[in-house]
Amino acid sequence: MTPLLTTKGLSRNFGGLRAVDSVDFTLMPGEIRAVIGPNGAGKTTFVSLVSGRIQPSSGMIVFDGADITGLPAYVRVRQGIAYTFQITSVFANLTAYDNVALPVQRTLSDGRSKGAVRAGVMAALDRTGLADRAHMPAGQLSYGHQRLLEVAMGLALKPRLLILDEPTQGLADSEIDNFITLVREIAANATVLLIEHNMPVVMQLADRITVFNAGKILAEGTPEAIRENAAVQQAYLGTAP
Amino acid sequence: MSEASPAKAYGLHFGAIALLFVLSFLLPEYYHGLLARIMVLAVFAMGYNMLFGYVGLLSLGHAMFFSAGLYGAGLAVIQLGWSVPAAFAAGLCCGVVLSLVIGLLALRTSGVAFMIVTMMFAQVFYLIILYFSSWTGGDQGMVVPQPARVLAFGATSLDLTNPTVRYMSALGLFSLVLMITLVLVRSRYGRVLVAIRENEERTKMLGYDTFSNKLAAVVISGIVCAASGAAYALLFGYVGSGFASVQYSILPLLWVLLGGAATTLGPLIGTLFMYYVIDITSGYTSAYLLIVGVALILLVLFFPKGILGSMRQRWLGWLP
Ligand SMILES: Nc1ncnc2c1ncn2[C@@H]1O[C@H](COP(=O)(O)OP(=O)(O)OP(=O)(O)O)[C@@H](O)[C@H]1O
Ligand SMILES: [Mg+2]
Repeated sequence: MTPLLTTKGLSRNFGGLRAVDSVDFTLMPGEIRAVIGPNGAGKTTFVSLVSGRIQPSSGMIVFDGADITGLPAYVRVRQGIAYTFQITSVFANLTAYDNVALPVQRTLSDGRSKGAVRAGVMAALDRTGLADRAHMPAGQLSYGHQRLLEVAMGLALKPRLLILDEPTQGLADSEIDNFITLVREIAANATVLLIEHNMPVVMQLADRITVFNAGKILAEGTPEAIRENAAVQQAYLGTAP
Repeated sequence: MSEASPAKAYGLHFGAIALLFVLSFLLPEYYHGLLARIMVLAVFAMGYNMLFGYVGLLSLGHAMFFSAGLYGAGLAVIQLGWSVPAAFAAGLCCGVVLSLVIGLLALRTSGVAFMIVTMMFAQVFYLIILYFSSWTGGDQGMVVPQPARVLAFGATSLDLTNPTVRYMSALGLFSLVLMITLVLVRSRYGRVLVAIRENEERTKMLGYDTFSNKLAAVVISGIVCAASGAAYALLFGYVGSGFASVQYSILPLLWVLLGGAATTLGPLIGTLFMYYVIDITSGYTSAYLLIVGVALILLVLFFPKGILGSMRQRWLGWLP
């Protein structure tokens, strides 16, 4: 099976800081891959390179067999790479409905009919539990709901690779359970790359875990292997599970 | 946006058009002429609003798009002897070409740089008009001869210098552009434009080519402003470099801010308001600009989103 995503020697410097340092990374289709690591490890920078939000200093990104390193972000989105922002970046002045309508209307293949947009939007809002808040301005939603709206927008893009950057931040425990169910559903049709600090969520969802530290991949393996890994526990300075 | 009360919105717009139609038979001669002029200039404001209100791009050079239409149509009649429809089309073509070129260049910038770049281009355009004064009439301007301002349909013909014909032509153009604006802002494309205004970075990450969308918006805005300029030349019979000066880049911004940016009827309200305040106050005192200034300040204080924008915020959430 060919990998869905590969990076080779991917690096990004900010001034003297190597935020991402020669990362070789492979992701197989259908996987749920968790990316963990201490604050400032370079996780967000890494997925930003993959999604095209920022340009690499060097290295190469291959998606579904094709080199996408030079493609602008919007083309990568159209090829199926969806990114949900760590720092919530919904359209605060637009309703939740309009926020989701934007990705829905772009991915519609059957084109014109208004009913299709409406159906697509309500489906995505339903799955994230936001249907009854469809007509609230996104900026007035609670922080947790804004995170879920981000996920709904990502879902609505019908991605092949969905990148979730700390989606459970700010969610209540009950919402986290629903969220885990949701990610499992999404993973039936898409590959998921999940950056997450909440270890119980990671342990329940991930097929494999990649640990970042200081811009490099420190370890990679099954949840059990990572749990036992001494180097990982070292990197977390005892905060590992 | 496109979910909210379509019937109310369309009703309001048809109502406004009907009101303007009826006013044609009620207004005294002077105000009749003034309102025709205001409707043509409101089209200019609507074109400006398209870009400023909905996409959030603040241009300080829209006088060049208005003038492209003005001179495109005016010179086609004066220098080439073209008919009215051909001249109008020439004005539109000038608007398309100019806005496409300016868009391709200016959209490489954003924010303050975009304001400066558009202003510089407009200044260049203004100086070109002055430089070729033997052809354009320079700052004296030129009169479009009355006999040429006739719309011929086979045997019958419409004299655009006749006040009623002129008023109805202005109303026709205004109504057309108003309805196009309404349909556009309620469409999927309108939703994308607003998304770009609100958060361009995010819009890209939803798979939109924001540059192309913005370029299209510049061209639409340019065509509408050129249509206003072309209509002005043909209906009021004068082309002059004053319309290309920086003042005419600032005016549509003021009209739109007054009436309410990103509202469909705001540009008309703003233009109307400005003209009537100037008209009324200049009847009482020679210091009328002072009163206009005070009125503007009061408006900004109490209606920071413009007249319609503030009404929408406080009472009429459904207003498009
Ligand atoms: N735009 C930027 N300019 C300068 N430095 C940056 C920029 N973005 C990130 N950095 C730096 O790069 C390093 C990696 O940051 P990054 O956000 O990728 O970490 P992270 O693993 O996502 O952390 P967290 O868990 O806190 O989200 C940090 O030291 C950060 O300060
Ligand atoms: Mg991060």
